[in-house]
Amino acid sequence: MSLTPDDVKTIARLARLRIAEQDIPAYAQTLSSIMEFVAQLDKVDTVSVQPMAHPLDMTQRLREDVVTEQVDRERYQQNAPPQVEAGLYLVPKVVE
Amino acid sequence: MLHKKTLAELARDLKARKVSSEELTRTFLTRIERHNPALNAFITVLAEPALAEARAADKLLAAGKGGPLTGLPIVHKDIFCTEGVKTSCGSKMLDNFVAPYDATVVERLKQAGTVLLGKANMDEFAMGSSNETSFYGPVKNPWDLKCVPGGSSGGSAAAVAARLAPAATGTDTGGSIRQPAALVGLTGIKPTYGRVSRYGIIAFASSLDQAGVITYTAEDAAMLMSAISGFDPKDSTCLDKPVPDYVAALEQPVKGLRIGVPKEFFVEGLDPRVAEAVQAAIAVYKKLGAEVKEISLPNFWLSVPTYYVVAPAECSANLARFDGVRFGYRCKDPVDLTDLYMRSRGEGFGAEVKRRIMTGTYVLSSGYYDAYYLKAQKTRALIRQDFLEAFKSVDLIMGPTTPGPAFGLGEKTDDPVTMYLNDIYANGVNLAGLPGLSIPAGFAGHLPVGLQIIGNYFDEARMLAAGHQYQRETDWHTRLPKNFE
Repeated sequence: MSLTPDDVKTIARLARLRIAEQDIPAYAQTLSSIMEFVAQLDKVDTVSVQPMAHPLDMTQRLREDVVTEQVDRERYQQNAPPQVEAGLYLVPKVVE
Repeated sequence: MLHKKTLAELARDLKARKVSSEELTRTFLTRIERHNPALNAFITVLAEPALAEARAADKLLAAGKGGPLTGLPIVHKDIFCTEGVKTSCGSKMLDNFVAPYDATVVERLKQAGTVLLGKANMDEFAMGSSNETSFYGPVKNPWDLKCVPGGSSGGSAAAVAARLAPAATGTDTGGSIRQPAALVGLTGIKPTYGRVSRYGIIAFASSLDQAGVITYTAEDAAMLMSAISGFDPKDSTCLDKPVPDYVAALEQPVKGLRIGVPKEFFVEGLDPRVAEAVQAAIAVYKKLGAEVKEISLPNFWLSVPTYYVVAPAECSANLARFDGVRFGYRCKDPVDLTDLYMRSRGEGFGAEVKRRIMTGTYVLSSGYYDAYYLKAQKTRALIRQDFLEAFKSVDLIMGPTTPGPAFGLGEKTDDPVTMYLNDIYANGVNLAGLPGLSIPAGFAGHLPVGLQIIGNYFDEARMLAAGHQYQRETDWHTRLPKNFE
């Protein structure tokens, strides 16, 4: 499966990754080579196989619906200075 | 010499007060200062905090208190959140991140009284097989500084191999503990998926990631496994299954053990010197009374392509949280929100990480989901089915850990697929969720070779015992790289 530079631009946009224009051909090439490699999966007939998402035979564990977490907002927000004000994270204006 | 002793020997010496934790810690800190510049195994060294922890451990030991791990120095791979300490995951994206909490593995080892020497270098976001993708530069193999130590737990492996620490934690998603352990002549264990808590481990692929350890011996691994294994309410994928006494279980004899050797493992592409060392290792088991037979894993060849659909897909979801908003790298002067995301991520992530995020995004995207991701979930089921079938007639599966010994720095960085094929024997084990152990089994020239032992679900005790019995018969695990003796 060969990916074109336009494919790379679309995927990069979906993944919110800025890729420099001059790097796009190289990414197209390596991604194509990866997709070609994984295309080997097509060689196998899996029509009657159940997909496996997870190695464990278990269901999601549940617990009592009570508050157990301590929210130490100031400590957790220490990793975001100076982008915090009044406990809120600052981002560029979203709504005009 | 202190740095040549195993964790078990050091534990005995500490208990008998033949050596203090402070003396031990100083020994390793001195070695780190001397040797780390050549290896680049550490991202952060915690000299003063380590000494403080050592002194606290000495107080406990002097009072006759403490447990089997009290006072022992260790290293954590920089993927484990360590409270108040930089946790970078080998990435520019988290270069400024100080973890506000401890991972469960870290907490358990702290409570057990271990002393944290520092955080080990690693491939960025655990994506790599050579420790060449780290933002902090590549790690060198102590056996040959022109060679890679393997990855992604390359720093952990190099630090222990060079005796800068007697043990290190690591994580293994597609071979990242076993492969580096094999390339540097150490013992490395990846437990069954769900055996050890993933809480506080920066997530790469949630259905594959598992924490484990890199040590000199299976006995040392057993000591650490006892401390880190077991139920954690904070990890919904961590099973509530009793933890056996791994150390006591080491004495299980090899006699009568049924060992399966998959014929598909010994094909073209496997270095003949590795094949020879592995066959010789299996012969030792035969001599000890094990029954060895050839088995078949017919879908084994699907492991690497399956892994490189599943792992990138999961990583594209897990790495979406790195958006420059709440923590981590944020680009300068973003003009709008989209720009904030695109440049923070574009600049914060390295090339391999971006490649894998894009691969994952592609295989999960509309129109391709069925052809790739759903297909891979099915081939994953086939791979697991093969193992389940094999374990009906054997107790353990053995083979090479890697297709060759450590390769040169820069040798495989041009083509990602060439690099991916290093984990050909490892990936399938993660896909099936089984436990795997790599132990030193000889050399290919001057470079170490590993034997991989694959166990059935939650059968770590049997795997570790098999490793231990082999290490009683052989001395590969006692070899040290020349310049680090």
